[in-house]
Amino acid sequence: MDSSVGRLKTYLGVPISKPKVAFFELTSCEGCQLQILNNEATLLEFLSLIQIVNFREAMSERSDDYEIAFVEGSVTRSDEVDRLLKIRRNAKTLIALGSCACFGGVNQLKNRLDPYWVSKEVYGNSSVETNNKAKPLEAFVQIDLMIYGCPVRKEEVEKIVTNLVIGKEIHHLKYPVCMECKANENICLFDVGEPCLGPITRAGCDSWCPNSRAGCWGCRGPADAANVDEMKKIMAEKGFDENILIDRLECFGGFAPYIEELRKGLPDEA
Amino acid sequence: MLFRVLRKEAVADLFGLLAESNRMVAPVQSGLDCLGSPLYAFKEVTDYYEISLTYTTTKIPAKKFFMPFRETMATFIVAGKDWTKKIDLNIDRPFVVFGMHACDINALNKLDKVLLGNFYPMPYYAAKRKNMFIVGIDCVPQPYCFCRSMGADTALHGFDIFLTDLGDHYFVEILSDAAFNFLRQLSVSEPAESDHALYVKTVSAKNNKFSVRVDTTDLTKILDMEFQSEVWEKWGKQCLSCGTCANVCPTCYCYGVDESVGLDLSRATKTKLLYSCNLIDFAEIAGGHNFRPESHSRLKYRYYHKHRGFVEAYEEALCVGCGRCGEACLAGITVPEVIASVRDQES
Repeated sequence: MDSSVGRLKTYLGVPISKPKVAFFELTSCEGCQLQILNNEATLLEFLSLIQIVNFREAMSERSDDYEIAFVEGSVTRSDEVDRLLKIRRNAKTLIALGSCACFGGVNQLKNRLDPYWVSKEVYGNSSVETNNKAKPLEAFVQIDLMIYGCPVRKEEVEKIVTNLVIGKEIHHLKYPVCMECKANENICLFDVGEPCLGPITRAGCDSWCPNSRAGCWGCRGPADAANVDEMKKIMAEKGFDENILIDRLECFGGFAPYIEELRKGLPDEA
Repeated sequence: MLFRVLRKEAVADLFGLLAESNRMVAPVQSGLDCLGSPLYAFKEVTDYYEISLTYTTTKIPAKKFFMPFRETMATFIVAGKDWTKKIDLNIDRPFVVFGMHACDINALNKLDKVLLGNFYPMPYYAAKRKNMFIVGIDCVPQPYCFCRSMGADTALHGFDIFLTDLGDHYFVEILSDAAFNFLRQLSVSEPAESDHALYVKTVSAKNNKFSVRVDTTDLTKILDMEFQSEVWEKWGKQCLSCGTCANVCPTCYCYGVDESVGLDLSRATKTKLLYSCNLIDFAEIAGGHNFRPESHSRLKYRYYHKHRGFVEAYEEALCVGCGRCGEACLAGITVPEVIASVRDQES
């Protein structure tokens, strides 16, 4: 069924065309796409805004005729590079969906390890086709918009899609998670002796993890004025080993530009 | 002002009386920190035994009850080319705040000047603040408290009842008719001469317990003289630009407005979000120019607003010395230290 048929959407009397949208996944858990499908309360309204032509998680039809492509996952194999280049050619707007697509995500943790050891540890003696390094989409194609998070927050995706459809500007929050955490009146995790990257990580998740008394791991990458130097001092003052900070900063790849500098300060690994 | 004394046990009756027809907000213990010290928060309560009147300082002030962190200012229904707007001030019954320290009462008095005393009062604040009933309570100065330096260690107005602990009873200051009428239903008595003496002694003992102070002498002028001082850059280097100081400040009222359209394109919402002058885009304007892209200039303007501009406009600082910002700041930036470092430039 062609979902574009039916009542014409308008906003303030102006006809709104439903953009043709495709969802793709490269190397990822597909959790970000699931987040979108997971929102049953608003799913029908969401679907009425766009015309989905490709969404392996949700439907069997396939089409290469789309304007907006959401791509989840990092690039870890050569065939994924080819797929991504093709998607870029087809799409007017290419959106990196989630931390893997934006920064390499959890997959990029393998990048600083010996690729032979990694492959052996995970796949044993089976042969594996891999580029050895997990990279964000940006390493191969130009990205028009990033939607941060591991996973993405469905409310944020819905807001972004609504703004795309009605032609409203899209702004990412520039401040860190602490703002949302305070608004949610959480007890500061440092007060209870837990490390947290909230002070330097971009907000927009509504302090998802700290709301459940779990410290932030920086999945949304650095806030616009992230003061990583000061964060390092704070972690040391609070008695956390520098490796605890580096582990967290390294987990999703968003803080990659800072890691090299931090590693220099560490004693040589045995 | 009228004075009475109230037996300690009768405070529960006062709470009960007020709770009969009001929503009660009071300090409660919200957890323990990693050293085992209690953490406190203002919460809506129904049971007197949940509350902790001997609390130190809540991490976050009670401002959320009259200035929520996030508040819907208006909702819109879009139909065809037309739209209708609905405004809700988001309050149906006044709150009673039961157990507010003098600093926080003084913070409300300052907010009143800005948000009610202006040519255009803020209706969202006014609606919540207007009929609020406040029971003040005395406190023990903590190592971070400098309210006395800011002239906010005692509340002269802005409350209905103020309780001071005199051992087995409370010394009661009564400021409103409503408070007087509530107290008439309880067994209160006229204070004896000995109660007056005990009250004065208690207050003076409290005054000796302050361990930190801020020298505000000629501070507006010194801040003007030190506008270019490199000491600001030192603090700016430390600042996380996270906005926590503003969020825990009982007098910070700056906000941003977010407008969003609903998924069905027939609804829209305008939301007020408390903001902070330390956030990187606080002074960013249309077109993308940022007047304060550097962390130190943002931190500096926060101090200039609170300790210079506001003093010139209202003859008092926009700071009550509660010390929450310094306690909450992970980078350890405290008002007494920042101001002392600026003053040091002059010596």
